[in-house]
Amino acid sequence: MLDLAWLIPAAPLTGFIVNMLVGKRLGEPLAGWVATIAAFLSFIFTVLVFFDLRSLEPSDRFHIVEIFTWISAGSFEVDAGLLVDPLSITMALFVTGVGTLIHLYSIGYMHGDENFSKFFIYLNMFVFSMLLLVLGDNLLLTFLGWEGVGACSYLLISFWFTDPQNASAGKKAFVTNRVGDFGYMLATFLVFLTIGSINYDDIATQAPDIAAVTASAIVLLFLLAATGKSAQIPLFVWLPDAMAGPTPVSALIHAATMVTSGVFLLTRLNPILAAASPWVGDVIAWTGAITALVAATAAVAQNDIKRVLAYSTVSQLGYLFLAVGVGGYVPAIFHMITHAFFKALLFLGSGSVIHGMHDQQDMRFMGGLKKFMPVTSFTFIIGWLAIAGVPPFSGFWSKDEILVFAWGSNKALWVVGLVTALLTGFYMTRQVIMTFFGKPRFDVEEVKPHESPKTMTIPLVILSILAAVAGGLNLPFTKDFLGGTDVHFLEGWLEPSLFANEAKFDTAGSTKVWLALIAVAAGAIAIFAAFKLFGKGGSLSADEVSTEELDKSPLRSPYLENAWFIDATYAKFMGGPGRKMFEFFSFFDRTAVDGISKGVAGGSVGVGTLFRKAQTGYVRNYVTLIVFGAIAMVGWVIWRLVS
Amino acid sequence: MLTLLIVIPLITAALVLVNTESLARVVALIGSTVTGILSLIVLSEFEVGESGYQFVSDVNWIPSLGINWTLGVDGISLWLVVLAGLLFPIAILTTSAHHDQRQFYFHLMALQAGSLGAFLSIDLFLFFAFFEIVLVPMYFLIGGWGHGDRVYAALKFFLYTMAASALMLVGILALGILTRNGEVFSFDIRDIQANMAGVSDTARWLILISFALAFAVKVPVFPIHTWLPNAHTEAPTAGSVILAGVMLKLGTYGLIRFGLGLFPEETIALAPVFLTLGVIGIIYGAAVATVQTDLKKLVAYSSVAHMGFIVLGIFAFNSQGLNGAVVQMINHGISTGALFILVGWMYDRLKTREISQMSGLQKSAPVFAGVMTLVVLSSIGLPGLNGFVGEFLILLGTFSSARWWAVVATAGVILAALYLLWAYQRTFHGPPAGTEGASSDKVLKDLSPKELLGIAPLLAAIVFFGVYPSFMIDRIEPSVDALIERIETEADFTESETEAPERSGVEGLTEALELAEEDKAEKEALEGES
Repeated sequence: MLDLAWLIPAAPLTGFIVNMLVGKRLGEPLAGWVATIAAFLSFIFTVLVFFDLRSLEPSDRFHIVEIFTWISAGSFEVDAGLLVDPLSITMALFVTGVGTLIHLYSIGYMHGDENFSKFFIYLNMFVFSMLLLVLGDNLLLTFLGWEGVGACSYLLISFWFTDPQNASAGKKAFVTNRVGDFGYMLATFLVFLTIGSINYDDIATQAPDIAAVTASAIVLLFLLAATGKSAQIPLFVWLPDAMAGPTPVSALIHAATMVTSGVFLLTRLNPILAAASPWVGDVIAWTGAITALVAATAAVAQNDIKRVLAYSTVSQLGYLFLAVGVGGYVPAIFHMITHAFFKALLFLGSGSVIHGMHDQQDMRFMGGLKKFMPVTSFTFIIGWLAIAGVPPFSGFWSKDEILVFAWGSNKALWVVGLVTALLTGFYMTRQVIMTFFGKPRFDVEEVKPHESPKTMTIPLVILSILAAVAGGLNLPFTKDFLGGTDVHFLEGWLEPSLFANEAKFDTAGSTKVWLALIAVAAGAIAIFAAFKLFGKGGSLSADEVSTEELDKSPLRSPYLENAWFIDATYAKFMGGPGRKMFEFFSFFDRTAVDGISKGVAGGSVGVGTLFRKAQTGYVRNYVTLIVFGAIAMVGWVIWRLVS
Repeated sequence: MLTLLIVIPLITAALVLVNTESLARVVALIGSTVTGILSLIVLSEFEVGESGYQFVSDVNWIPSLGINWTLGVDGISLWLVVLAGLLFPIAILTTSAHHDQRQFYFHLMALQAGSLGAFLSIDLFLFFAFFEIVLVPMYFLIGGWGHGDRVYAALKFFLYTMAASALMLVGILALGILTRNGEVFSFDIRDIQANMAGVSDTARWLILISFALAFAVKVPVFPIHTWLPNAHTEAPTAGSVILAGVMLKLGTYGLIRFGLGLFPEETIALAPVFLTLGVIGIIYGAAVATVQTDLKKLVAYSSVAHMGFIVLGIFAFNSQGLNGAVVQMINHGISTGALFILVGWMYDRLKTREISQMSGLQKSAPVFAGVMTLVVLSSIGLPGLNGFVGEFLILLGTFSSARWWAVVATAGVILAALYLLWAYQRTFHGPPAGTEGASSDKVLKDLSPKELLGIAPLLAAIVFFGVYPSFMIDRIEPSVDALIERIETEADFTESETEAPERSGVEGLTEALELAEEDKAEKEALEGES
C-alpha cells in the first residue's frame, strides 16, 4: 500500500477532472456527491497507508514514491515524488477526513447555487493541492501545493464575484500571500545553494552541517512565507476579509487545513530550525504569541458571527507558532488537529446559523436560536467548550500542552498564552450567548429560522464528537494511567519525523497540574465574566437591551474592532504613497523615457531630410524592394536545391 | 526539410495574393498549419541529447562573399521554431482582418517565413537578412490594420528597431572580414567561432556593442522599451500575438546565440549592465502595468517585466539560468499570446479596452472567464502551470551567480500577481451590467465552441508544460550545457553552479534519525553527569 500512496492525491484529482468534464451535466446534487466520494476515497487510502506505516519499526517509517522527474536543469533536479512518513500521513488524515465532512456539508449548503458544480470542482482541486503540499517530498512540490491551495482559496473567496467586496478579498488574499511566497522562493534558493538539493531527505541528512547564520536566514525567510499562509503578523490581514467566501470554504480552507500549512512547513523543516541560532526560535514564538493576543483582542469586538471565528483562527494559529518556536512540534500538531475539529465545527455551525437565518451574519440580530436549531446549537456549544479549554473537551488538552511548553521555555510567553486563553473563553462565550441564548432580537415571524438539512447536520454531529474526544490522542499522563501503555500516542507516533528535535523541559509533574488548574480557572473566569456582561441579568443582557444598546458596549472600541488598525494602515499606504509611486513610474515612462527617445528621433528626422533629396523618401518603396529581393534570393536557393 | 519551413509560408504568401479576398484567410490558415505540422515533425525527429545543430542544410548562396544558405536547429532554437510554427495558425484561426484580407494574410505569412528563417539561420548574414525582413510586414500590419494612433506606433516601431540594427550589419560585415581564413569568407557562426582568435579586443567590443544594441531594442530592455507599448496596443490582435510571442524572442535569442555564443568574455563583462537593466525592467514594467487603464497596454507592459526575467536568466551564465531563459521564452510566447488573443476578443465584443468600462463580465461569460483565469494564473507564474518553470529556474540560477539581483527580481513576482489579479477583479468580477453599482452596461458574449477550439492548444500547452516541463528541458539542456562549457574554456570563467549530493533517500532519513537520537542520548547523558 505504501507504494500506492499516490492514490491519495489521485482521488480528488479524478473528482476534479470528472466534474470539470461533466459536472455541469451531472448538476445538483450529483456533482457534489462525486466530489464527496472522491474526497472520501482519498481518506480511505490515507487510512490504509497509515496502518501500513504503523506496522513498520518506528525508524523505518519513511517511504518515498517517485512518480516522474518534474524539473531538472544542470545539477538541479526535483521529482514529482511523495514522502510518506508519520508527519505527512497525520496531516493527510485530518485534511481528507475533515475535508470529506465539509464536502458533504457543502451539498446542503450550496443547494440552489447556480454554480453548484463549479464549487465542487474548486473544492476537489483544493484537497488535491493540499495533499501535494503535505505529501510532497521536496520543497518545490510543497510549493506547488502551497500555491495551488492559494489559488483555490482565491477562486473560492471570490466565488460570489458579483459583490465587489468578495472580489477584492480574493485578490487581497492572493497578493498578501505572494509577499510570503517571496520569502518561500528565496529560502528555497538558499537551501539549494547551501546543500545542493531541496529534497526533504537530503535536508534531514545535511541540515546539521549548515552554518547557523545560513540556517537562521533560511528559517526566517520560511517564517515570512508561513506568516502569509498561516495568517500571522505582519501578513494576517487577508484572513478576516477571506470570510467573504462561502462558509464551507471558511471552515475547510481558512480554519482547518490551508492556514495550518505554515506550521506544517516549519515542522517539516525541523532539522534546519535545529541548526539555526537559538534566537530564531524566539522570533517564531513571539510572532505567534503577539498574533495570538492581538487577534484575540480583535475577536472580542466583532459582531459578524464569522469574523469572530476568523480572528479566533488567527489567534489559535498564533498558539501553534508559539509552540513551534519553543520546540514543541508535537503540541503544535496536536493543537492543529483538535483546532481543525472544533474550528471546522464552529464554522460549519455558523454556516448553519447563517443558512437558517437566511444570510444574516450579524449576531446583534440573532439570539435565542437554541430553540429553533437544536442540533446546530448543541454541537456549537461543544465546539465552544472545546475552544474555551474546558476539560475534558479536546481543546483543553492540546492548549494545556502548549502552555506547559511555554512555561518551560519562557514565563513571559506563558503569560501571553494565558491571557489569550482568557480572552478566547470570553469572546466565544459572548458569541454563544448572542447567538443561541436569550430571546430573539429579530422578527421570528418574518425570518422563520429553521434547522439545516441532514447533509449539514451529520457533519456537525461527527465533528462535535471528534472535538469532544480528540484530546485522547495525546494524554499527559504517565504510563501507570492505562496499565503500562504509553498514552502519549501522538508524541510516539510523530517521533521519527522530528529527528529528536522536540524540546524537553523538566517541568515537575506537580507544576504541570498547577498550570492546568490555572488555565482552567482562567477559562472559568472568562466564561463567568461574559455571562455577567451579556447573560441574563447582566448590564448588557441580551434579553432586555436593544440592538443599538449592544453597540454601546465598552468593548466596541475602534481599536479592537479594527484589529489595531494594522490592515487599515497597509491599505492607506497601498492606496496612497504606494499607488502614487506606481503612477509616478507611469508618468516617468510617458514623459522622461519616451520623451528622450522622441528627442533623438526628432534629431534623426532632421538629418534624414537632408538625405531625402537624393532618395524617394517613401518607406513603401524600400520595403517593396526588400521584399522582392528576399523572394528573389529564396527563389534562387530553391533553384539551387532542385538542380 | 528546414528550408521547407521557410519556403512553405512564402509560397502561401504568394498564393494568398493571387487568390480572392474571401479565400485569403483559408489559404493562409492551411499554409501556416502545414508549416506548423512540419515544425512538429522537426520536433519529433529531433535527436534528444545532441548538443550540436541538427538537420543542417548548407547551400552556397553568394560564394564570393562567403554568404551561405545555412540552416540548422539545436536545443536553443528548436522550441522557438515550434512556437513560430504553431503560433501563426493559432493567431490566424482566432482573429480576423477587418479589411484587405489578401494583404493582411500576405504580411502575416511573410512574417512567419521571416521569423522561422531568423531562428533557423546559422549563417550570420542570413540571420540578419531575416531579422530585418520581419520588420516590414509587421510595420504594415500595425500601420494598416491597427487601432487608434497606428501610423505613429508603426513608425516608432520601425525606426527604433531599424536604427538599432543598422549598426549590427556593420558589425556582421566586420566580423566576417576579421575572421576570414586567408581569402575565404564565411558568415557561418561555426566558422566564425573557430576563427575568433584573430579578432582584437577593441574590435570584439565594438562588434558586440553593435549586436547588443540591436538585440536590446528588440527584447526590449529598459530604457529603450517605449516602442513596445505603442506597437502592442495599436497593433491588430494577430500582430500583437506574433510580436509578443515570436518577435521579441529574436532579441533574447540573439543575445544567447550571437552575444554569448561569439563573445563570451565580453558578454560576461557586460553582465552587471544587463542584470541591472533586466531587474529594472521587471520591477518597472510591473509597476507601470499596475496603473494602466487600458487592458491591452497593461498586457504590453507585463511583457516588459517578463522579458526582464529572460535577460536575467541569460546573464546568470549557468545551467539553471540559461535553461530557464530558453524555457521562459517559449512559455511567455504561449501565455502572452493567449492573453492578447483574449483581450482582442474582448475588444471585438465590447469595442473598448478601458478597464473602467468593464464590470462583472464573468456573469455573462463564464467560460471566457475560466479561460482568462487559467491564462492569468499562468502569466503570474503559478506552479503547475507553464509560466512558473522558467521563472523559477531563472531566479534560482541568478541567485547562484548574482544573489542580490535575484532578490530584487523575486520581489517582481509579487507585483505580477498584483497587476493581473487587480485587472481581472475590475473587469470580470464585480456587479455585472444591469445590476446596482455596475460601472458599465457592457455585456460580454461567451466564447463560441469554435473560439474555444482555437485557443485550446495554448491552454493545453499551459497545463502540459507546467506539469511536465522535462519534455521541453530535455531537448534544450544539451545545447545550453555545451554553450556553457564553451564559454568556460574560452573566457576563463567558471560557472557558478551548486554541487548536488547523492540523493539520501529513505535510508538517509533512517540514518539521520538514528544519528539524531544517538546525539540526543549522548547529550542527555552528559547533562545527567554534570
